[in-house]
Amino acid sequence: MVLLGWLKKRWLQVLVHAGVWLTLARTLWQYWQGMFLVDPVREITTRTGRTALILLVLSLACTPINTVVGFKQVLRVRRALGVYAFLYASLHFLTFVGLDYGFDLSLIGQVISEQRYVIAGFAAGVILLLLTITSTKGWQKRLGKNWKRLHRLVYLAGILVVVHFVWLSKDWREAARYGAVVAVLLALRLPWVRTALTRGRHRVAMVISGRMRHLISPR
Amino acid sequence: MVKIDPSEITPEHVYMSRRRFIKSMGALVAGSLALAACGTGSQGAGAPPTVQPASSPVAIPSVSGLPPLIGGSDERGAKLTPFEAVTNYNNYYEFTTRKEGVAKLSQGFKTSPWKVEVGGLVQKPKTFDIDDLLGFEQEERIYRLRCVEAWSMVIPWVGFPLAKLLKEVEPVSQAKYVRFETLYDPEQLPGQKSSFYQWPYVEGLRLDEAMNDLAILATGLYGKALLPQSGAPVRLVVPWKYGFKSIKSIVKIDLVEEMPVSLWMAAAPSEYGFYASVNPEVPHPRWSQGTERRIGETQRIKTLLFNGYAEEVSNLYQPPDSREWYY
Repeated sequence: MVLLGWLKKRWLQVLVHAGVWLTLARTLWQYWQGMFLVDPVREITTRTGRTALILLVLSLACTPINTVVGFKQVLRVRRALGVYAFLYASLHFLTFVGLDYGFDLSLIGQVISEQRYVIAGFAAGVILLLLTITSTKGWQKRLGKNWKRLHRLVYLAGILVVVHFVWLSKDWREAARYGAVVAVLLALRLPWVRTALTRGRHRVAMVISGRMRHLISPR
Repeated sequence: MVKIDPSEITPEHVYMSRRRFIKSMGALVAGSLALAACGTGSQGAGAPPTVQPASSPVAIPSVSGLPPLIGGSDERGAKLTPFEAVTNYNNYYEFTTRKEGVAKLSQGFKTSPWKVEVGGLVQKPKTFDIDDLLGFEQEERIYRLRCVEAWSMVIPWVGFPLAKLLKEVEPVSQAKYVRFETLYDPEQLPGQKSSFYQWPYVEGLRLDEAMNDLAILATGLYGKALLPQSGAPVRLVVPWKYGFKSIKSIVKIDLVEEMPVSLWMAAAPSEYGFYASVNPEVPHPRWSQGTERRIGETQRIKTLLFNGYAEEVSNLYQPPDSREWYY
C-alpha cells in the first residue's frame, strides 16, 4: 500500500528514469548482438543524437504542458530530462570524436572547418554541460535570480540542436519536424501567449465545474 | 589545386584485371531474374521485419584464370563489401529515406516486364526490353561506390558499357547530353506520393562522359540479377561521381542538346551540380568530402580524386580545377 501511494505520486518520474536507462540498455544490447549490421558508427551516432534531441524537446515541453493543461507532475521531471539530454549528447560527442574520427585531431580540425553543423552541435553541447553542472539545488541558491536567466539558455540550445540537425541532413524533412515542435514549445513561452492560455484554462475549468454543479444539484 | 599523384595512376595490367568478361553471363542473369521474381512473389506482405536473408552469391564462371570472386578485391586491394551490406543499405528515396528500410519495402517491386525507351536526338530510336539489354556482352566490373554522404562500398557489378547501347541508337551531331529517367509509379514507389522532390528521378551525363568506358549500365551484382533495392532491373553506374548520379530502375534514356536538370539540382541548386565528380578537396557546402567510411570498416579512409579513377576520366574535365566538376 505504501508502495502504491508512492508510485501514484511519482509514476512519471519512474517512467522517465526507467525509460531513459532501458533505451540505453536496448541500444547496447542491439549493438552487442550485432544488429547494427551495416554501418554501426553511423547508427550509434544518429541514435544517440536523436535521443538527446527527443529528451531536450521533452524537457522543453514540461513548462508548456503545465501551462496548457495544469499538469504539475511534469515540472518534477523537467530537470532529469534535461540532464539526460546532456548525457546522450555526451555519448553522441564521444562517438563522433572517438569512434568515428579515432581522436585524430588534425582530421577533426579539418572537419570542423568544413562542417558548420559541428559547431552548432558543439555549442549546444557546451550549453547543456553548463546547465547540467548548475542544475543542483546548491547552484540554484548560489546564483539566485541569475540561475533562471542562465537556464533560459536552454531555449538557445534547442534552436542550435535543430540547426545542427537541418545542416547535417541531406533530406531535412525529419529535422524540420523537430524544428516545428521546438518552435511551438518556445512560442508557448511568450508572455502574452502564456497569459492567454492560463486565462483560457481557468475559463474552461469554470465552465466545466459550472456544468458539474448543474448536473449534481437538482433544479 | 587539383593534382594527380603518381600513386593514383593505375598501371594498365592492374586496370585490366578490374574487369572480367563473362560470356555466359546473359543466360545466368536471366535465370536469376526469374528466380528473383519467384522469390518476391512468395514472400508476401506479412514478412517479418528482419534483415533480408541474403542467399549466398552465385559463383561467377571464372574466365582467363582469374582468382575466384568471393573474398576478392578491387584493383587497389580494397576488399569487396559483403553482399548482405550492399543489399541492406540503400539510398532509394522512392521507397524510403531510411537506408536500412529499402530492402524490405522494395520486395514486391515489379521488374518484369520492363522496357527502356531510348530516343531523342538519335538516328535509330529503340525500346529495349530486359532480354535486349542482356544481349549485350555482360562483364563484371569491381567499382568503388562513393556516396555524397561520405560513406562508400566496393561492389562487383555485372553489366555492359553504356557506350555500346548509345552507339546502337546512333546519336546525331546536336546531341550533347544524355538524360536518364527512373520509373514513375507512385503505387509501387510510395516516396513519389510526396511532392517534396520533383519526381521522377532524373540524372544526366555529358555525351563524352557517357561514352567513357567506365560508365556502365548494370543488370546485376555479385553475379546475380540486381535486387529491387539496388535499382533493378537496370541502373547506371558512374564510379568516379557521387552515388546519386548512378540512377536506378531506368525506363527512359534521351539524347538531348541542353544540359538536363537532375532531381538533386532541382531540389538544392546551390548544393548539387550537374557533374558531381568525387573530389576530397571540394567539400559539400555543409559537410566535408575529405574522408569516407568504407562500409564494414571502422576507420575512416581518405577520399581519392575522382574516387580513384583519375587516370581514366580526368581528361574529360578542362580546366581541371574548376569547381563546376566537383559538386
